Amino acid sequence: MSLDSVFPLFILATSLVPGLIIFFLPESAVRTRISLNMGGALIKVFLVGIVIWGVFNGHHYETRLPFLPGLDLVLRIGALSILFVTLSTGLWLVTTVYAIGYLEDSPHRSRFFGFFSLCVTATIGIALAGNLITFLLFYELLTLATYPLIVHRGTEEARHAGRTYLVYTIMGGALLLIGTVWLYGITGSLEFVHRGFVSAIVDTHRSSLIIIFVLLIAGLGVKAALLPFHGWLPQAMVAPAPVSALLHAVAVVKAGAFGIVRVVHDVYGVEVAVSLGVTLPLAVLAAVTIIYGSVRALFQDDLKRRLAFSTVSQVSYITLGIAVAGPIATIGGLVHLVHQGVMKITLFFCAGNLAETLGIHKISEMNGVGRRMPWTMAAFTIGAFGMIGAPPLAGFVSKWYLGLGALDAGQDWVIFVLAGSSLLNAAYFLPVLHAAWFKEPVGQWPHEHIFGRMETAWALLLPPVFTAFLSVALGLFASVPFSPLEWARFVTSLEFAP
Amino acid sequence: MLTMQVQNVPWLVIVITLPLVGSLLCFLLPQQAKKLGLMTAFTIAASLIGLLFQVLDQGAQRYTVGGWDAPLGINLYVDGLSLLLLLMTALVGLGISVYATAYFNRDKTVYYWPLWLLLWSALNALFLSADLFNLYVCLELLGLSAVALVAIAGGADALGAAIRYLLVSLLGSLFYLLGVALIYHSVASVDIIIVAERIDATPPILAAMGLMSAGLLFKTALFPMHFWLPPAHANAPAPVSALLSALVVKASFYILLRLWLDVFPLPQEVLGQFLGLLGAAAVIWGGVQALRQTRLKMLIAYSTVAQIGYLFIAFPLATSIAWKGALYLLLSHALAKSAMFMAAGNILHFGGHDTILKLDRVAQRLPLTVAAFSLAGVSIMGLPPSGGFIGKWLLLNAALQAGEWWWALVLIGGGLLSAGYIFKVVGFAFTQTEASHEVHHVPAAMQWTAFMMALAAILVGLIAPWPLALMDIGLPFEMVVNKGSNG
Repeated sequence: MSLDSVFPLFILATSLVPGLIIFFLPESAVRTRISLNMGGALIKVFLVGIVIWGVFNGHHYETRLPFLPGLDLVLRIGALSILFVTLSTGLWLVTTVYAIGYLEDSPHRSRFFGFFSLCVTATIGIALAGNLITFLLFYELLTLATYPLIVHRGTEEARHAGRTYLVYTIMGGALLLIGTVWLYGITGSLEFVHRGFVSAIVDTHRSSLIIIFVLLIAGLGVKAALLPFHGWLPQAMVAPAPVSALLHAVAVVKAGAFGIVRVVHDVYGVEVAVSLGVTLPLAVLAAVTIIYGSVRALFQDDLKRRLAFSTVSQVSYITLGIAVAGPIATIGGLVHLVHQGVMKITLFFCAGNLAETLGIHKISEMNGVGRRMPWTMAAFTIGAFGMIGAPPLAGFVSKWYLGLGALDAGQDWVIFVLAGSSLLNAAYFLPVLHAAWFKEPVGQWPHEHIFGRMETAWALLLPPVFTAFLSVALGLFASVPFSPLEWARFVTSLEFAP
Repeated sequence: MLTMQVQNVPWLVIVITLPLVGSLLCFLLPQQAKKLGLMTAFTIAASLIGLLFQVLDQGAQRYTVGGWDAPLGINLYVDGLSLLLLLMTALVGLGISVYATAYFNRDKTVYYWPLWLLLWSALNALFLSADLFNLYVCLELLGLSAVALVAIAGGADALGAAIRYLLVSLLGSLFYLLGVALIYHSVASVDIIIVAERIDATPPILAAMGLMSAGLLFKTALFPMHFWLPPAHANAPAPVSALLSALVVKASFYILLRLWLDVFPLPQEVLGQFLGLLGAAAVIWGGVQALRQTRLKMLIAYSTVAQIGYLFIAFPLATSIAWKGALYLLLSHALAKSAMFMAAGNILHFGGHDTILKLDRVAQRLPLTVAAFSLAGVSIMGLPPSGGFIGKWLLLNAALQAGEWWWALVLIGGGLLSAGYIFKVVGFAFTQTEASHEVHHVPAAMQWTAFMMALAAILVGLIAPWPLALMDIGLPFEMVVNKGSNG
């Protein structure tokens, strides 16, 4: 067994092993827990760095374990995986710092961090999965690992949110399973390959392939919060802030979106998908979700709920970019996978800071909060402008490529969707910013904690400031080698090369 | 040299006699019952490893006890199918034994160990028997020891359940025995191989098939003959519930499978479809009933009704991959269900009740137990990675290969129902109730065995190539293909 064939396992193990150990730590072992968490996260960042370099230099990282007759568990590091792995690894590190600060002194931290690590393990597994069965395995693991985080607080509300989450995701998993078994039955393979593995049977199994596509996308659409499967996401907001951040930026919704990319590119192949006529309906569905999410976000007073509906809308940009099925739009979709993650996690960190430091949960309570927490609100402002798509922030780059790509593919209507959505984004974010910066504070904050001379604890403040900085950098330096944009271009070239 | 000697030991006989001797010793030396019983359990497991190596080395084995061949003597036969069930019994048996040492107080222990080892002996003998009459004897012995174990708990509920269980058990065996008598009358033998050679689809044989199947289905608690199972399994002490659900119902299923594969003449098509339909109904009905239960142990017992249904979905498909899927489900269900009943036993011991709505933060207070329940639940739901997923995947494949997609829908639907009832429990395990109960300490041995059993149910999902290869030893499923091509 060469080193290259175990590397993917190492990357998984850096979050799995600490997670499993943490489960059995007593509550009081704060230091051990922090060391395990941070150690695992840092080693993972290091390993991913090596892997990026390796892939660039032509190394082939693949782990194969026998799983079922004729089917292996495959973990493979390809160009597309790198995009998602890097995102999850980087943001996991940041979220871990945040979570340590956020959950200080709260009960059941061992359980929380154990499942937190499992969640990340599942996400990394999804990113590295080299075939559909491995993908399915980690997809279901993600469902299960997230549930205890959502019900973590043990309130009746949390239990309800957890139940809703499960009803959606378990159903989604079942649809995905049916699609997978069926696909395996007619193709005898589940291995992800560039431009898909179903082209040989398109003529003979046309209608089956269309139904399977619908099943797979529906199964993935549940996590990606595509209309009409988005209902769980706003409810899942009862979870602690680091969980929401992780759910929205990295783990759950991204896993769904990433799965859609996999299905369109590496199971069906764009060409086959277009010839089956399934991409246009998917694009329309994504567009409707984008508008719907934004409109619903307008009417939320609860900050986290507004952000949740914003996620419903923003994540569908990824699907839209893929479903437009042109090379440039695909770049836009893929790069948004990373950009949305960085921007959205900033917003959720900030929302968590407001709740934790001042007890603010509603937008109507945010008047003048910019004076009390300038750094947090500055980060929030950058995230919000990024979401709106203002240059030179990361969100602008995604939207630019999506728009160009749509024109390039002859789908002009997408421009109107993008423009409309940007207007709506502005309509639901600018009033928040206005209230925070320009309105007078009204007396006491709901639940104020004082953290010395700082506006809030270090561990809570650094992560959003860092990710806000990153959102700017990703926009400004979009064309630097190894930037997400360049990498998305590279991935796209593999799928669309003549 | 040593390996040669190990290879020649008659392990088949040893794995039957060991628990029998252990049972007698526990009965004669009640003061030492716990120690002796536990020792016996470990020795049985060790000698099964001997048998495993023997079979891996030499393939399927036939052994004539005392050198007397059929029709006079007793024949034992081991192939991949029986070995799998023996190993499963040993694994679950070990877990249950360790659990029981901590569970029973002194006066119950004295009754428990002789009965449990007797039951273990009956199970091992049953999986190794090569003739129809010996199978009957084992079945009867198994039934009686199981009934006695249900009654151990004492009290009106347990005794009522035990009496009902006794009647069901006797009735089932009686039907089976009538069938054996008819077969013996027609073909003048009870040896499975000889019977299989001489059997024809004559009216008496068909009647025998009907009687034996009915008796075995009754004992396996296939819908709609499941009514006796939930009260019997739910009112027994936790280790007994675990072994009833995990092992005892599997024994009669095993006999049915053997007869189906090796003995029964065609036509099996119609009967197979019929069994599949009953299985599907069991999956749905058991799942719906489990969802409606308010008591944890009843919920788990109804889950068993549903899980048994899955096993019968292999009958209409009747391909090698379908049988393997069903057996994989059987194996993982044994592990998962024993873990669940142990976890329920812990919760019952902890709070003094098992009302689901009043679980009152057990997730926080008994984390290991709730983890055991949830992990076992993952396998019961058939989510990856778990033994339940492997079994379900194989069955799904078989169903789609045969073009009979409706079985696939049943499998998926059953999975959704089980997710419903499992997460109902897990959800209430997190929340707090207003009236808190007095709580009792749960011994670590009980918590850890439940957890280890659940972990095993997950882990068998990651080692699928081994058990699947084991099932092929002696080609137990090949006969079906031949028969199918002849008919």
